[in-house]
Formats: sequence, C-alpha cells, structure tokens
Amino acid sequence: MKFRSVFDIIGPVMIGPSSSHTAGAARIGKMARQLFGRQPKWAKVYLYGSFAKTYQGHGTDVAIIGGLLDYDTFDDRIKDAFHFAKEAGMEVEFIEEEGSSDHPNTARIKIGDDEGDFELVGISIGGGKAEITELNGFELRLSGGSPAILVMHNDRYGAIASVTKVLAEKEINVGHMEVVRKEQGKDAMMVIETDQVIPDEVMQRLSTCDHILQVVTIAE
Amino acid sequence: MFRSVSELIQITEDKNISISEVMIQQEIEESGKTRDQIYSEMERNLDVMEKAVEDGLKGVQSRSGLTGGDAVLINNYRENKKTLSGDLILDVVSKAVSTNEVNAAMGTICATPTAGSAGCVPGVLFGIKDRLNPTREEMVRFLFTAGAFGQVIANNASISGAAGGCQAEVGSAAGMASAAAVEMAGGTPDQSAQAMAITLKNMLGLVCDPVAGLVEVPCVKRNAMGSSQAIVSADLALAGVTSRIPCDEVIGAMYQIGQKMSSTLKETAEGGLAATPTGKALAAKIFGSAAE
Repeated sequence: MKFRSVFDIIGPVMIGPSSSHTAGAARIGKMARQLFGRQPKWAKVYLYGSFAKTYQGHGTDVAIIGGLLDYDTFDDRIKDAFHFAKEAGMEVEFIEEEGSSDHPNTARIKIGDDEGDFELVGISIGGGKAEITELNGFELRLSGGSPAILVMHNDRYGAIASVTKVLAEKEINVGHMEVVRKEQGKDAMMVIETDQVIPDEVMQRLSTCDHILQVVTIAE
Repeated sequence: MFRSVSELIQITEDKNISISEVMIQQEIEESGKTRDQIYSEMERNLDVMEKAVEDGLKGVQSRSGLTGGDAVLINNYRENKKTLSGDLILDVVSKAVSTNEVNAAMGTICATPTAGSAGCVPGVLFGIKDRLNPTREEMVRFLFTAGAFGQVIANNASISGAAGGCQAEVGSAAGMASAAAVEMAGGTPDQSAQAMAITLKNMLGLVCDPVAGLVEVPCVKRNAMGSSQAIVSADLALAGVTSRIPCDEVIGAMYQIGQKMSSTLKETAEGGLAATPTGKALAAKIFGSAAE
C-alpha cells in the first residue's frame, strides 16, 4: 500500500502547473536548502530528462529557486522567485544537460557561499513527492517524508553506536537508517529517518560525538 | 485499511456509516492525528479549491499563452444564452476549467489527485452546490469520499499520467467526483461505486499527450469533459443504473490498459496531440521564445 493517507489523494496544496515538475521540484530545492542549513549565495542547477526539456513551461526553474529560498510548495512568491533570489543576494544558473539520467525528472543542485558548498541530486517521482538520490557524492535514498538526520563521519568502529546512543537517551525513534561510505576507512555518512523532529540540543550533542565530522537535519 | 472498493462498501454496510466516515476513521488510525486536525486540514484544501475557482472565473492566462480565459467565456455563455447542455453542467464545467486555468497560470491549487486533473473534483463540488445546498461539513465530507475512491485507484492501478496515461489522472479524478456527488445527493455507498465504475469505464484508454509537455493542452478541456461525465454518471447511478462490470474490475482493467500503453502516450510529449503538426509547431514557438 503506497498511498496510506487521504491527503496523498486530496493534496498537496501547491502552485501549479505540475505536481511533478513544479511541486516536486520545489521540494528538491527546499531539501537542498535545509541540508545546507543557510541561505546559499550561489546555485548551479543541472537539469536532466523531462526537467531539461520542459522546465521553462512548467516553472521548474522558479520552483527550485523558491525551494532554495526555503518556500513551501504553496508559496505565491514562487512565481517571482528570480526577483526574490536577487533580493536575497543569491546568483542562480540553470544548465540543461543532454545526457540521460536514471529518472526522467532529475536535478543536480550545487549550492554554496564563502564558507562552503554542497551538492545533491534529487528526483521528482510524481504527485509532488520527491527523493534525494545523491548527496555530496554519496548515493542514498531520502524521501523527505519524515524528519531526517544526515551525519558525515569517519568510517571507524563506534561511530554509529555513539550517534544511536544519543538518540536512545533522548527517546528519538528511528524509522529507517542506512550507512554509506565512499571507501573503507575514509568518509562515510549515516542517513537516519526519525519519527520526531530533532531538537537543536540533540543536533549539538551529535556533532560532538566521536568520529563525527558534520551533522545536518531536515524536517518535512 | 480497505484495499478495494468492495471492501470499502462492505465496511459502510457493516458499520452503517458513510464512505466519508470510513475515510475519516481510517485517516485517524493511520496518521495518529485527531479528528479535528484531519477535518481542519481538509477544510483548508476546500478553501484553496474555492479560491482557485473564483480566481479563474475572473480570467487568467498561462505563462506559455496556450490556455486561459475559457472559464470566463463558458460562464458568460451560461449566464446570457440559451444553452444546450443546461445550467448545472455548464456551471460544473466552467468551474473545472477555471481551476485548471489557474493551475496552468501558476496559481495555487489543491492536487486532486494530481495538478493536471485538479479541476474535476472542485468543478463538480462547487457546481452542484447551488442545487443541493450542502453545509460546509458536507462539502468537506465530499472530499473525504472522493479521496477514499482515489486511494483505492492509487493503490491498485495508478493516478500518474506518466505511469497510466490520462485515464489514470482525469479518469480517476472524474470517477472520484462522481462517487462523491452521489453521496452528497443522498445516494447509497453502492450507488457511489456504480457511478465511479460508469465514469471510469468511459475514460479507459485515454492517453496522456500534452502539447510541449505542458499541463495545458489538452489537460484543461479534458477536465471540462471529465467533470461533465462525472455529473451524468452520478445521475445514472442515482436513477438506479448499475455497471455490469464491478468497480474494482474496471480499476483492474484501467491498470492493464496503462501497462500496455506505449510510453510515447504517457506524459512524454512524444505522441498523440503533442506529435501533431500544430502540437509540434506550438512547442517550437513556446520554447523558442522562452529560451531568449
């Protein structure tokens, strides 16, 4: 049973015209913004497949920018997102990619500022639902349907236990978890989907755990 | 959790409650939210639909220029001329078109079940409002009933044009609207299922072939026709007409047809109307000028 809520059918409330090309795109942009943790100064957006072919007519461009400005799928300001991006001091560039991608509606978003940068790949899977499939070079699957914590860490024993111990103490339940690494003993990442939104205090404690490099969170 | 229309109808009979009530009770159980929270969330969706209908009837234009203004034309004609199909049907149709024109113009809508098919449910709901004089609560319940049928389709077939063609989008939306209209008019749960089956049977095989890949041509007018079919089917069911093929089997047929449909006819803008000489010329014009 993929569809369990009546609001998957009657909803979401969104800016038109397309649940996949507009609402889903806005959600990918917003997940990028949340994971980066602050307003980026620049963004390069690479579009693939149907996104590349039809983004202007569908407003996929303004939807992604709206997401990067932390707007929801139903925010009127999406229509004038280019204007609001300028006001927020964010430079945006769209690149239409010729190559194919696994999914027809794929966007690769690179964002950054003077302090750092960040990259993710998102896909829009229909009805306004979106997933993240790659993050800073790590392959993963993140729906954004529930709150999540992403933990960049060194691939060492005890790293996972130190994180889950904090969550257990704070009575935060894990719904889904995966651990990915690029190479044995090097950089790794934990993706932890939880039932509750993660309080700041927990985020701070997680960032001081052994072998942890960086911790970010995303709330629906 | 009900998995089929027959299970849904069985629950209404066992518990002696309406379809909307089954949906509300299931949502409480699945989400852990209170009845008040769920009701408020649906009422907010209703408010969004009402505003979209009103906005479109004032006249809107899409970014591409392909759609906009037809809701105003239909409504003026309805109010000032001797129409053929009658006042109620054209009221329904103008409100469905209005919603989809607002959607194409990047206005705010509620996907029911998708953005491209967002006109059918509110078109029918606000079009029959003057005839049936429902309370606000009955209007919110209309959406729960529509959602219950949509959920069965989504879990057994599809509500995505890319996966099942337009039959899965406007077909589902029109079927959902007809079932909900029957409940609002005082019909039985079984009559709702009959209306849904009759509507969906007449949408089987409908392909998704949007010109230039945009949710405009033919999507807006397909919502006009979908919503009018929903009204006629609801009347048939209320008159006691039944579908020889049960609703769940019609949904199964829709799934099978969607599987066999060529991918050129499933939201890729490579076949059907999108591939006509005029369809291709419009696409070239839109993307040529938009790229400047």
